[in-house]
Amino acid sequence: MEKQPRNSMRLEFRSLPANVSFARTTVAIFASQMDFTVDQIDEIKVAVSEAVSNAVIHGKKDESSVVRLEAQLYDDALVITVSDDGPGIQDISWAMEPGSTTADRMGLGFVFIKEYMDELKIDSSPGAGTRVTMIKNLALRVEH
Amino acid sequence: MKVQTRKVGASLVVRLSGELDLATAEIFRRTVDAQLAKDGCSNLILVLKNVTFIDSSGIGAILGRYRLIRERQGRVIATGLRPAVRRVLEMSGVLRVVETAETEQQALESL
Repeated sequence: MEKQPRNSMRLEFRSLPANVSFARTTVAIFASQMDFTVDQIDEIKVAVSEAVSNAVIHGKKDESSVVRLEAQLYDDALVITVSDDGPGIQDISWAMEPGSTTADRMGLGFVFIKEYMDELKIDSSPGAGTRVTMIKNLALRVEH
Repeated sequence: MKVQTRKVGASLVVRLSGELDLATAEIFRRTVDAQLAKDGCSNLILVLKNVTFIDSSGIGAILGRYRLIRERQGRVIATGLRPAVRRVLEMSGVLRVVETAETEQQALESL
């Protein structure tokens, strides 16, 4: 049987740089319902910032373009999904390498996500948008 | 994001406060580039004690300024790094090329 989340949220906002901060702060507050450490919350914020920045930069550029952000809290993990309706990624393995872009972010976006989250999955194909799923596991803390 | 600059000898001191991300990196980039073009400073001191967040957009902006300074044979020193900011700078390799100091004063004295 599939596990049911304890809590979930869904947000849709315009694809604008100003909303990158809004997105990471929202997820950080949502995640603080769980027993994550301050360092782990900082890591989640960087990962959300990178995924949403990617969506804003590479997504559609018209006024109707939006970024969708979803998060589910499970007993042992936080699952975050960021999706856009942009042109999609031609070569996902290339996009995940450092230096994979000539733009100002040095291709570090996915490098940071891989470092700070426990799982990363990218669903994308040309013309079909991109959906990035990131999972942060909650390690059980043993009380002494 | 607030960006304040002042010139001390051949160094441009840039005090940043707030979060350095996709929305704010451009303000930092434009302000520093304009000052470097005007003042001709060869060193850059970044005062980051009030920077609470940085991601790859901020890293890209810092590395871009590092390249400008390297062309002038100068040095870039970052001061007052909070742990979360230090970790992102370390992981991205910025600290292999940018020096660090505890305070703005120490950075100035080391030049």
